[in-house]
Amino acid sequence: MSILVDKSTKVIVQGLTGREGTFHAKACAEYGTRIEGGITPGKGGATHEGWPIFNTVEEGVRKTGANCALIFVPPPFAADAIMEAAAADLPLIVCITEGIPALDMVRASAFLRERGNSRLIGPNCPGIISPGKCKLGIMPARIHREGSVGIVSRSGTLTYEAVHQLTLRGIGQSTAIGIGGDPIIGTTFVDALKLFNHDPQTEAVVMIGEIGGNAEETAAEWVRANMRKPVVSFIAGQTAPPGRRMGHAGAIISGGHGTAAEKMKSLEAAGIRVVRTPAAIGEAVAAAMAGA
Amino acid sequence: MKIHEYQAKDILAKYGVAVPRGEMVTARDEAERVAKALFGSGAKAVVVKAQIHAGGRGKGGGVKVASGVDEAGLAAERMLGMRLVTHQTGPEGRIVSRVLIEEAMPIARELYLGIVLDRAAEKPVFMASAAGGMEIEEVAARDPNAILKQHVEPGLGLQPWQARRLAFGLGLRPEEVSGAVKFMAALYRAYDETDASLAEINPFITTTDGRLLALDAKINFDDNALFRHKELRDLRDISEEDPLEVEASKYGLNYIRLEGNIGCMVNGAGLAMATMDIIQYAGGRPANFLDVGGGASADQVAHAFEILLSDNSVRAIFINIFGGILRVDTLANGVVEAARKTNIQLPIVLRLEGTNVEKGREILQRSGLNFIVGLDMKDAAEKVVAAAERA
Repeated sequence: MSILVDKSTKVIVQGLTGREGTFHAKACAEYGTRIEGGITPGKGGATHEGWPIFNTVEEGVRKTGANCALIFVPPPFAADAIMEAAAADLPLIVCITEGIPALDMVRASAFLRERGNSRLIGPNCPGIISPGKCKLGIMPARIHREGSVGIVSRSGTLTYEAVHQLTLRGIGQSTAIGIGGDPIIGTTFVDALKLFNHDPQTEAVVMIGEIGGNAEETAAEWVRANMRKPVVSFIAGQTAPPGRRMGHAGAIISGGHGTAAEKMKSLEAAGIRVVRTPAAIGEAVAAAMAGA
Repeated sequence: MKIHEYQAKDILAKYGVAVPRGEMVTARDEAERVAKALFGSGAKAVVVKAQIHAGGRGKGGGVKVASGVDEAGLAAERMLGMRLVTHQTGPEGRIVSRVLIEEAMPIARELYLGIVLDRAAEKPVFMASAAGGMEIEEVAARDPNAILKQHVEPGLGLQPWQARRLAFGLGLRPEEVSGAVKFMAALYRAYDETDASLAEINPFITTTDGRLLALDAKINFDDNALFRHKELRDLRDISEEDPLEVEASKYGLNYIRLEGNIGCMVNGAGLAMATMDIIQYAGGRPANFLDVGGGASADQVAHAFEILLSDNSVRAIFINIFGGILRVDTLANGVVEAARKTNIQLPIVLRLEGTNVEKGREILQRSGLNFIVGLDMKDAAEKVVAAAERA
């Protein structure tokens, strides 16, 4: 099964004609993802790398039948791109862009809620992949292997780290989602956990959090009450100093809250296996799946 | 981005938030000129306030009240150039190079107003508390109910009824409420239009003669939004920042200096944090956080090396790269080149994963340089901790 994306996913790429957009759209297409066209205002009617370009998302969706948008638009215009995709009622919007102003995302997320027909993944994320079916983002395809572990993470490279460790052990992945490192994101840990809980292909879940906010604590509560599958977790930033933004806009301990220690405590209290180092993720998943 | 109190007050004043009369100065004679003007136009006393990017200035001797021009000049002279240590500066403190000379206020009550982004609600939250002058985290820890909150709808802004609820909740007198509503609306507009991540007035005061003012002010800006606020970018005071962090920011490197002795170079913020964590787990201490980004170039790797080497406490370097898009052989060439150019003597432990990893390892081994290759993250962390101990 996998979650959210599979072989029926048809994608338009907002920002396809840019350098990043072109590079990654080609890599996604090589993987087998159905890229149907791109959106670049002012370049409508042109063809880029064999793909038709449209001026608006509405036109692109009408003419290609796309059901998903992948966004590589630069930060000043990215929240607008998200809203345009939401206005076209695309069920799935994946925004890779890093560096969107927080108050732009406040407005975009209010619009998404009001419109109510789209799920956003990201921004500031690597995207989503269901190995063997669909790659929608910037993750390196070759480290993945189709299988039964779901991964949800606020960090891109740590997602790759977890995937790599699993694949080396012969453990495949159902779907890996990077939910993004910004303070305001679309799909949350709880959203992803719910989907994995219902997905017959997924047998266990890896959840990778980091300092800042309380999304991990909220997820811990949800897992305690609802999750039927084993969850392994790692929280990055155990050694991070308070009050400093650690690369990701959302990774900051403020007012003594959002520490790794707090999060790890909540997760453990919810019965989640919390590993101390990222190097232990693969081993812990193997143990969890063996029922150890 | 952080700014000084006097800069925050200038911005707030433009939006119609009342602030005490005053001016920032950098020398005693200027301080006396400003004080003289204030005393000459009705001030009973003036306050000399050290301008640094940290709170708790009063306890450290960074805030003095003066009742005459000479006294104000002397206080400013003593403060300028002093090393001010507060609970927020760390033991090294900050050198004071700017002071604010301001009219002293006849304070009746000290209250608190602040706006931050509520991540879970995905909306700004306007907070008010009757416990002004205390840090809001302290108030929250003692009694969360002592903080009044109103979430602001992004399209609407702070509505008058919300401001009235906060104002009456603070126990303001009925004749003060309409002024407080205007004050709060102006504060929210300043927060929203400058893309602030924090706008805080602590204390927000009422005076014995019935006025409402921002006695202190703190504004932090969202770094991601600075591209559209040139006038705010100009307010940056790099003397308040770590010189190495300033240098790194020029090359688009995300670097934060820490206390340890193992320099780290990593791609991706999450992996960079996790690398610090695994170093500590292996018994060592990271000297820094450094994210070279997803598509790090050889040039960036070279700059990153220079920055790591400028930190004299670094005894060994840990390069942890998970090459997604980046090819490991390209990266290895960059590392070798940078190591030669900087004539690096420190042990370097590398953990590289990604496309062409075999080729990359070969390049490192053939270079004749002092590289130690880690088999995986844990192995590399243990090796770098051992290397730092030997050095």
